[in-house]
Amino acid sequence: MYYDPFVLPFTIGLTALLLFLAVKYIRWIRTFRKSERRKIRKGMFSLKTFRAAGEVFSECLLHRKIYRTNPFLGYMHTCFGLGWFLLIVAGKTESMVYHTSAFNPPYFAIFFRFFHPAKETFPYSETFAFITDLLLLFILSGLFLALAKRFWSRIVGMRKTTKHRPLDLLILTSLWLIFPLRFLAESFTSGLRGGGSFLTNNAGEFFAEFLPLDHLTYPAWWAYSGMLGLFFVLLPFSRYMHIPTEIVYIFLKNWGIRQGTKFNAFSKIQMYACSRCGICIDSCQLNSSLQMDVQPVYFLKKIRHGKEYESLIENCLMCGRCEASCPVGLTHNALRLSKRPDLSRITKNTYSYAKNAAMPAPAKVAYFAGCMGQLTPTVTRSMERILEQAGVSCTYIDKEGGVCCGRPMLLAGNREEAAVMAEKNRAILKASGAEVLVTSCPICLKMFREEYGLQIRIVHHTEYIDELMREGKLKTVPGEQRTVFHNPCELGRGCGVYKAPENILKHVSRKIDTDFDGKKSLCCGGSLANTSIDGRQRNRIAGDAAKAYAAYQPDVLVTACPLCKKTFATASAVPVKDIAEVVAECCRP
Amino acid sequence: MPTLWGYSISAARSIDYDKNDQSFLRRLAHSCPSSKLCIGCGGCTAACSAGNLTEFNIRQLQMLVKRGETRETAEQLHKCMLCGKCLLVCPRGVDTRKMILSMKRFLREHDQ
Repeated sequence: MYYDPFVLPFTIGLTALLLFLAVKYIRWIRTFRKSERRKIRKGMFSLKTFRAAGEVFSECLLHRKIYRTNPFLGYMHTCFGLGWFLLIVAGKTESMVYHTSAFNPPYFAIFFRFFHPAKETFPYSETFAFITDLLLLFILSGLFLALAKRFWSRIVGMRKTTKHRPLDLLILTSLWLIFPLRFLAESFTSGLRGGGSFLTNNAGEFFAEFLPLDHLTYPAWWAYSGMLGLFFVLLPFSRYMHIPTEIVYIFLKNWGIRQGTKFNAFSKIQMYACSRCGICIDSCQLNSSLQMDVQPVYFLKKIRHGKEYESLIENCLMCGRCEASCPVGLTHNALRLSKRPDLSRITKNTYSYAKNAAMPAPAKVAYFAGCMGQLTPTVTRSMERILEQAGVSCTYIDKEGGVCCGRPMLLAGNREEAAVMAEKNRAILKASGAEVLVTSCPICLKMFREEYGLQIRIVHHTEYIDELMREGKLKTVPGEQRTVFHNPCELGRGCGVYKAPENILKHVSRKIDTDFDGKKSLCCGGSLANTSIDGRQRNRIAGDAAKAYAAYQPDVLVTACPLCKKTFATASAVPVKDIAEVVAECCRP
Repeated sequence: MPTLWGYSISAARSIDYDKNDQSFLRRLAHSCPSSKLCIGCGGCTAACSAGNLTEFNIRQLQMLVKRGETRETAEQLHKCMLCGKCLLVCPRGVDTRKMILSMKRFLREHDQ
């Protein structure tokens, strides 16, 4: 039996950690609704589990998504994630080959160099020594980058990083010391009695020249084990809880669990899965334009540590830029929304005035401009022109005023009142007998798609125009205007509509590609989701965004949302148009 | 009531700051300072989606709050759909949605 008292800190720490995690996760999952637990049971024995395992490999070990932010930052995380994982795998395999048994205590593999007399060889012993040395070097190179990042975060492409608590700094230090201590312990052992490979062997010979290794080796192993133990014990109380929780989150997500309307156990799992990397800070325009510390990293941190977070609940544009950049893939909008209280007061009179809305004439295609659409008559007129040119018979269901789709109400937290509005609109839509619903407002689009449960096709006008152009029903002449496209948050990140506006603009204008195409589009600042910032602050965001687009020197800044158009109108030096207006100008009979 | 200058004051439109219950008004001013910027132009009411279908008037809401008529405010308030058109047309930059939400919150606490 291989044993030495120095393995105790590591063993106790690891056991305590595993027990703690098991209890915590089981307790959380037990509070899940029955339907959700059924989903887990069903998902567990399906292909979804393999997909989740693949995602765990690429996100928790490789950290693929971080490479999109910055290659150095990605490499740093790969070093720690994949490096440490492979080191454990290689060490375990080595110990099993040596011991010819799978059942050796976990510490045996971790402290293999201590227990294994270096002179005694076994199959591939030199290869194993080489591999573990290589992996250790790999991790140490990542550690070097991490140190550099502490002092100069721009080196890894981050303008601003998270402010940490003292406990987090302590555990960070313990994590950083683990690998140098392992390096020292293995080098000292090698210097004393041989073994190791290119890294630890040479370092050992070097240290042996001027250090009393026979006095230092044993303490070094104690320090290494102690540091591992300390890290394991502190892990649940620090941000490193994200390491095990992210794995749980990925599996649950793949099995079909979603963030619901309430802040529940799954929300807690998301909260603990946040690694506080701070990538959301740079992506958030409330930071870049208004220097506000309201990003998901701070929001979740404050909830977790019982700090005042109420003021942050409302202070979010829900533009989804943080979600798009989050390496863990947390659903930040849904999380924030789950904390907004439902102040609905439902009576039989709630929105009963909806009956005063004019009933639409029946048609196959229904057009819904939305409240904001009503404020931009140029957009609705352009749409009418386009539909007429394409010969589409369409009923304009809210021409004489309609009921709001309910999304602004829902974003304020009042789901029940939003549901009543949805009910009223469903009745109006049903009366029209439409099979396709076209809307000009992406806010309405998202609401219709996600909350209405309609059995008809729901498309944004960009998608519909694109379709009409492809089918040859709508003929256009190529335009000469240089355009930049601002993809509205609710359209792109919200509903996944990226290609249609791109196709249209390439046909009717000279579209300039920007850094803000696709998922990286900016928020205009007009978002109704934020009730915390005032008009001037909105204008600042809009102005900064407009300036960023103007840098590409377009003739027109094109958007596809009446609210974005309105918001940019006062903030942009470049003329702002809706995509429907641009198309209408290029229509030919 | 006749006055010295031959004008009269409509009781329904007067705001008696000495007698009215101002707790609501003060709270609103605290949670939504921009609500004090209102000049009563009525742009919000003209644009209002709810106001298009029924009698609903944000300008009147302001008046009711100033007059301390909490119950009447509550009855009117629930007609708002929070669509945000008023926010875009307000020439004074009043955060109308925030104002309405603050009122809702206050009334909720008031009821409890």
